[in-house]
Amino acid sequence: MQLINPDIHIDFIGKRKIALAISTLMILISLGTLAVKGLNFGIDFTGGTLVEVQFDKAPAIADVRAGIATKGYSNAVIQQFGSPKEILIRVQNKQGEKSSTISSAILDGLGEKFGADAIEMRRVEYVGPQVGEELTRAGIMAVLISMVAILIYVTFRFEFRFALGADVALLHDITIVLGLFAITGKEFTLPVIAALLTVIGYSLNDTIVVFDRIRENFAANRKRKTPQDETTMVNDSINRTLGRTLMTSLTTLLVVIALFFLGGEVIHDFAFALIAGIMVGTYSSIYVASPVMMILANRFQSNADEDKALEARP
Amino acid sequence: MHSFPRWKIWLILAVLVVSLMGALPNVTSLPSWWPTSLSHPMSLGLDLKGGIHLVLDVDVDKAVSRSVEEDIDSARQALRKAKIRYRKLAAEGSSLLITIKKPGDLDAARSLLADTFNNYTLSEAGNNTFKLTLKESVAKETRKFAVDQAIEVIRGRIDALGTTEPVIIKQGDHRILVQIPGYEDTARAKQLIGRTAELQFKLVDEKGDLDKALAGNIPPGDIIMYGPAQSRGGKQSYRQPYLLKKRTELSGNEIADARVSIDSRFNEYAVTLKFNSKGARKFDRLTAAHVGERFAIILEGVVNSAPVIRERIAGGSAQITGSFSPTEAHDLAIVLRAGALPAPVKVVEERSIGPSLGQDSIDQGMNSIIIGCILVLIFMAIYYRMFGMVANIALIFNMLLIIAAMSIIGGTLTLPGMAGIVLTIGMAVDANVLIFERIREELHIGKTPLAAIDGGYDKAFSTIVDANITTLIAAIVLFQFGSGPVKGFAVTLSVGILASMFTAITVTRAIIAAYTGKRGRIEKLSI
Repeated sequence: MQLINPDIHIDFIGKRKIALAISTLMILISLGTLAVKGLNFGIDFTGGTLVEVQFDKAPAIADVRAGIATKGYSNAVIQQFGSPKEILIRVQNKQGEKSSTISSAILDGLGEKFGADAIEMRRVEYVGPQVGEELTRAGIMAVLISMVAILIYVTFRFEFRFALGADVALLHDITIVLGLFAITGKEFTLPVIAALLTVIGYSLNDTIVVFDRIRENFAANRKRKTPQDETTMVNDSINRTLGRTLMTSLTTLLVVIALFFLGGEVIHDFAFALIAGIMVGTYSSIYVASPVMMILANRFQSNADEDKALEARP
Repeated sequence: MHSFPRWKIWLILAVLVVSLMGALPNVTSLPSWWPTSLSHPMSLGLDLKGGIHLVLDVDVDKAVSRSVEEDIDSARQALRKAKIRYRKLAAEGSSLLITIKKPGDLDAARSLLADTFNNYTLSEAGNNTFKLTLKESVAKETRKFAVDQAIEVIRGRIDALGTTEPVIIKQGDHRILVQIPGYEDTARAKQLIGRTAELQFKLVDEKGDLDKALAGNIPPGDIIMYGPAQSRGGKQSYRQPYLLKKRTELSGNEIADARVSIDSRFNEYAVTLKFNSKGARKFDRLTAAHVGERFAIILEGVVNSAPVIRERIAGGSAQITGSFSPTEAHDLAIVLRAGALPAPVKVVEERSIGPSLGQDSIDQGMNSIIIGCILVLIFMAIYYRMFGMVANIALIFNMLLIIAAMSIIGGTLTLPGMAGIVLTIGMAVDANVLIFERIREELHIGKTPLAAIDGGYDKAFSTIVDANITTLIAAIVLFQFGSGPVKGFAVTLSVGILASMFTAITVTRAIIAAYTGKRGRIEKLSI
């Protein structure tokens, strides 16, 4: 069985203007939403308290609120989490309050309202303001450092313009995934950062496979009597690796979708970030990385051009 | 196709045997002769086991300022002994400020202070004032000691809960990570850990005038402290004031034991303290000298009671009362026995998981792994037929290898870690996809099956390495910067990637070599 006809020949580079337009549009929407609406940061970054409680039967949100209000947390955010029996309660940190006791107060309040046997503590998370700042810094650092590390590695293995192409594709992917989080209002947590880094690794994986083929084609081309132009070679490289790109994306998507539906509520958003990232990453390794690399070829002279320039000298 | 090197076959078999042995402790108990390095099951993270995870911040600066305050007493004594009169003696952060009364005493004071306080640097702040600043090396040692001591104290308190395998370790300079697996009463644990449990015994100043003192005229060497808040006559939160001597006569350090007891007068729970030999001697002397006066017991800055000393008490004990519930009395005994914290601690992060969520996460994680694995196995078998089956064998080998590696290196499996395994399943077959697609291409341009297999493996190799290294870079960065469960994701992802390079390249090639070797000439590949 074969998904892609081995003789397939799609002019990916020729369609780069359309791709460019689509990507620009998606990035603009993402940036716009990020600027206007912003990310729904979880307590990992804002600091605060999160309590997940399981009730023996589905409670009315208003009753839950009433139970918590007796302890002075009437401004808590209350939502269902997965099943109607699971309730998630979030409280912001308050200046000067000994916040680590909030969770106990909330559980006490619910216990008094519903009966101590009717509720069960599923999860308590508390992040102090200082830790929140530290985690934010560490998260940003992680994304930046991995991008720089990858830039260095790809420059070392290929050429600088390849590395730039790869990094532009990565920025493209991250921006769009972040935009999706802003648009859907899904909670942005530490595991989502982990997912973003994985997307970086994954999207790059795809891009590298294409680049590897381009490099191989370039090398073969230098030996040829009638050299092909770069566009043909890049197109050919993308086409030849297309089967693999789609196949791997499919198998990875299969398992991540399994994770999304079966992995439970706790890693739901994590799986969502992976699904979005893998789809965008697959698209970008075909439509973004190589065209950017080629556009940059006109800015930074490639080795091949330098060779030609040298030969042209008297 | 060239013959497959013998040593690689032995290598594969060796890895297979070690993996099987290393993974086995996860499913069954082992005979006693089993090698110890291969007999540890994977440990589950707190998010799967359930339990309490706390990060505590030790207020180390407080420990420093406290030790400086303690030095006020030695400064006072030294100056008194040398008959140097002072106007002011105060602690300010990590410094002591001493104002000398007569300018003529300045020289004597200078040499006295310089000799007595080796841990401080002496400077002059003008106006007959000396400033002693704690040396940074000493302050650093004090901070470190405070954290180390806090760890010991907290360990003592948690051990008294009787839970298995609690983790109490230093994190960074002034933080402590506490993990108590399988314990769910987070409120009680936080109470128990966070209490300073500072116990002091001070004499009540019977001659001093409490009313005048409350008006602001506190006699020198005295201090006002309050009893617990109580409602009295409809008025709420009245707190009984006491005028006490500043000097602490006895402290929690002189306690040998603390036990829950029943207070005979009110039939209430109480905690009975027993002094150690040094404390008992002090107590003996003190009660002898102050019969008829009151002796205040102060717990965490609140006067618990101030009983009258009726007679000299030798080898004494003291009792702390209050309307305690059995648990409260029990916990108070625990913290007093384990000793006071050298500095206040604050919970800065908590991630506690109830037991049912932990079990649900394990079930859901396992479901995702199994279903994800089955989907990929079916997909590969349909798409690449016989070669797909070979890749599937490699995938199962890969899973085995991950479990074995995690068990042997003592890695911790977390929920994100399970997600990492799921992701690895999808990405592990990538190497095989690359190879198989390449073989198809080679076949397409008219190569013979055997040449196509060789070409496929050779040409795909550098791509596989490049692609995996970049993912590995992301995983390593994640490990460096990630915290807790996220680290677990980085670990399983890295282990999975490394394992997949071995299984997807070496193992599949060995199987294919064995197959093609037996068949001799091959007309067509099932790919």
